[in-house]
Amino acid sequence: MLLNGTETDVLIIGAGVVGSALARELSRYQLRVLLVEKEVDVAFGTSKANSGIVHSGIHDHPGTLKAKLCVEGNRLYPQMAEELNVLYKQNGTLVVARDASECEMLGQLVNQGLLNGVSGVQVLGREELHRLEPNLNPDLAGGLLVPSGGIVIPFDLVYALVENAVANGVQLAVSTEVWQIRWEGGQFIVETNRGMVKTKYIVNAAGLGAAKVAGMIGDESFTIYARKGEEYLLDRRLEGYIQRTVFPLPTPESKGILIIPTVEGNIMLGPTAHRVDSFHDFSTSAAGWDEIFRFTQRLVPGLQASDVITSFSGLRAAGDTGDFIIRPSELNTHFIHVAGIESPGLTAAPAIARYVVELLEDAGLRMTAKRFFNPYRLVVRIRDLSLEDRDRLAVKCPAYANIVCRCEMVSEGEIRDAVRRGATTLDGVKLRTRSGMGRCQGGFCSPMVMRILMEELGLKPEEVTKNGPDSPLLFGNLRDNPSCPEKD
Amino acid sequence: MKEQAIDIAVIGGGPAGLAAAIAAAKAGVERIVIFDRQAELGGILNQCIHNGFGLRYFKEELTGPEYAARFIAQLAEYPQIEVKLETMVVELTADKQLITTSRRDGWNLYQAKAVILAMGCRERPRGAINIPGTRPAGVYTAGTMQRLMNIEGFRPGNRAVILGSGDIGLIMARRLTLEGIQVAAVLELLPYSCGLNRNVVQCLEDFDIPLYLSHTVVEICGEGRVTGVKAAPVGSDRRPILERSFMIDCDTLVLSVGLIPENELSREAGVQMEPSTGGPRIDTGCRTSVPGIFACGNVAHVHDLVDDVSEESRIAGIAAAAYVLGEESIANGQKRVKVVPGRNIRSVTPQEIVAGEPSALYIRVAFPERDVVVTAGSHRSKHRIVTPGETVRIVLRPEDIDFNAGVLPVAVEGGEVNA
Repeated sequence: MLLNGTETDVLIIGAGVVGSALARELSRYQLRVLLVEKEVDVAFGTSKANSGIVHSGIHDHPGTLKAKLCVEGNRLYPQMAEELNVLYKQNGTLVVARDASECEMLGQLVNQGLLNGVSGVQVLGREELHRLEPNLNPDLAGGLLVPSGGIVIPFDLVYALVENAVANGVQLAVSTEVWQIRWEGGQFIVETNRGMVKTKYIVNAAGLGAAKVAGMIGDESFTIYARKGEEYLLDRRLEGYIQRTVFPLPTPESKGILIIPTVEGNIMLGPTAHRVDSFHDFSTSAAGWDEIFRFTQRLVPGLQASDVITSFSGLRAAGDTGDFIIRPSELNTHFIHVAGIESPGLTAAPAIARYVVELLEDAGLRMTAKRFFNPYRLVVRIRDLSLEDRDRLAVKCPAYANIVCRCEMVSEGEIRDAVRRGATTLDGVKLRTRSGMGRCQGGFCSPMVMRILMEELGLKPEEVTKNGPDSPLLFGNLRDNPSCPEKD
Repeated sequence: MKEQAIDIAVIGGGPAGLAAAIAAAKAGVERIVIFDRQAELGGILNQCIHNGFGLRYFKEELTGPEYAARFIAQLAEYPQIEVKLETMVVELTADKQLITTSRRDGWNLYQAKAVILAMGCRERPRGAINIPGTRPAGVYTAGTMQRLMNIEGFRPGNRAVILGSGDIGLIMARRLTLEGIQVAAVLELLPYSCGLNRNVVQCLEDFDIPLYLSHTVVEICGEGRVTGVKAAPVGSDRRPILERSFMIDCDTLVLSVGLIPENELSREAGVQMEPSTGGPRIDTGCRTSVPGIFACGNVAHVHDLVDDVSEESRIAGIAAAAYVLGEESIANGQKRVKVVPGRNIRSVTPQEIVAGEPSALYIRVAFPERDVVVTAGSHRSKHRIVTPGETVRIVLRPEDIDFNAGVLPVAVEGGEVNA
């Protein structure tokens, strides 16, 4: 897809959760919007490794953008998740204290929550805590319950936002890297690897690349560094073992290592928080494993390393101010930074999107609502359907009755849908459908998914990748001459 | 969607399901249905195109597909066996109700009088053994690699390192070599190979493939595709000695680090599990703790040889038939003994012996030993060598077992540790 000469009102750089939420928000208005992503698929950067927690807002310092947008975002989640058919659940957040002195610190969190506008926080004694979560360490002295805390599948949300934005007229360009930006005659001329784009406004939601993109207009007002988090995912066998997201008391650096039930019934442990120099280092380590298990087993002694089915790591795009950096550039008011979006960025994303719409309006962009905005996204997930509905669907489209991923029960129909929804790689299918995310980790389904990718996209074996051109899965066929004489 | 009544539901059409279904049909059961997820019967045998199958059962050497074909051909004689391919059993209850789905028939309910669990096993993935490092393309389990090559006809790599020297790892080392994919090394955590000795010779030594015992992969490297693995020797505690780690360049890491019996349905049905095998607890008739549910083949315990799977599954089929035909009371009235594992025993299958039933025990030892005596009740047999990689199969005579004792101690005695 060549962009040469494309003219837009708003160019959003970066299709993580922030860029995608903004794209959807802008698609409510009569605007030309182009969303560009340098990776081969949306959500392939920081968002895909997010912990998936919809934070309540008790953790953030009052008066910060983080606090304000987290609490607002949390309130926007139920309706957004409903409209977009996203896997979201208000499971409640627990902050636990190990001793009397930690119990005192819980009081500070309650006050902070009140200042931020978080309601419904309950202080729990030892007994109440263990009645709610019987598998917590019996030695824990008490805790806080925040009912508005929730969980979401982060990449599912990003795909939903983008699909809905595109359905409402936003143009998406993946594998598109911005190289140069210049201001010329009242608009930006943006050079990309896919040609030139002209735009009146730019929103810099480039995550780890945000400082680099800012530098393209000479703005060096902030820096971004990478803070790595490792996560370990446990078998769905443990569904319900812990029901609420369990936090220790926070440290100055992070909210700590958590026990996170996922919407799909897994339990996830993590994340670590260590600054790293490389923006490409997604490795996990023996040290990270030790740290996570040492820590979480103190809170939930029954957790076992033998239940780990996979691990991964992500890089938070942390800013240098301690708060989100969301403001117009001092050098050009048509260029809005949305940078340093670390935790609680996922929660805040829908509120950030509204806030940026205001900033764009302040900068002179006219916002006229569309007459026909469709807020809904539909997607088939057979495991969520009743048996009767599954059978009805199978009659109409038999591919939904052919199970490809055994562990997570994903049908061929859903995998073909995923490719039509934009997946071009094995990971793209996995993140959209969960195929390969279960306990066998793709052992059975990945050859079949590879075949479907080839069929749907007309790829040769060597063109099938894990997550982009540098990650080929196959090197062609074993026999590259199909007309071998043995056939006769 | 209507419920269909059947006599026996066989879940899985691999060697276990095939042998069990045929035995049940021979015993006179009217309506047997085999459900299998694949498009063809035979299970994992279809991708095992190497030879070495059938030496015991057929007294000749066959490839995996040939071995399966022997059983598939017999199905023609038994119209009472119906085969449902590309059909997945999604749910199983203790009442023996099944929910299935398939492209052709949609979603269906079955009510069976008896169920034979024959789902086989799956491979342990990377996450389960926690290898640190990046997450590039090119990390495959041995079975996935085998499928990509032998069924799909793809070339999944050019230069590979194999972790794990069980039979599957060894056989894949030879297979890769024969297809022109270089095998840089086979690494084994333990101080000995867990595969059959004949496979070490025929698959590694014959091709000069280096085997690093007491070694493991400590890091996977590469961003897009694997560019290498960092290997390190391990100490006697099996922890890697990182100071002595070294890089091996490769674009593929093949994991052959263990098999896990696939028992999600068994658990759903409430069948009691045996931690030492990962499968349901079974008796000499392959009966599980749930009346009318039977388990055989690799779903019960991982076998070295398919020949043993066929034999065990034949017994399961006969026992299931007896249950359906109302002859179960014969076994019900019999005395039983529980197997009690003793010295150097990792697992023994079956876990209970019923008087009057053929009693072959499959014993897996915990560590290798030389010149030992395996004892079970008053049975004593000498063995030159026992290793965890090769199950010891012993057949007990009725007089070996004291059915009044209620328990049957099994142990490995004497011998020298051969580490």
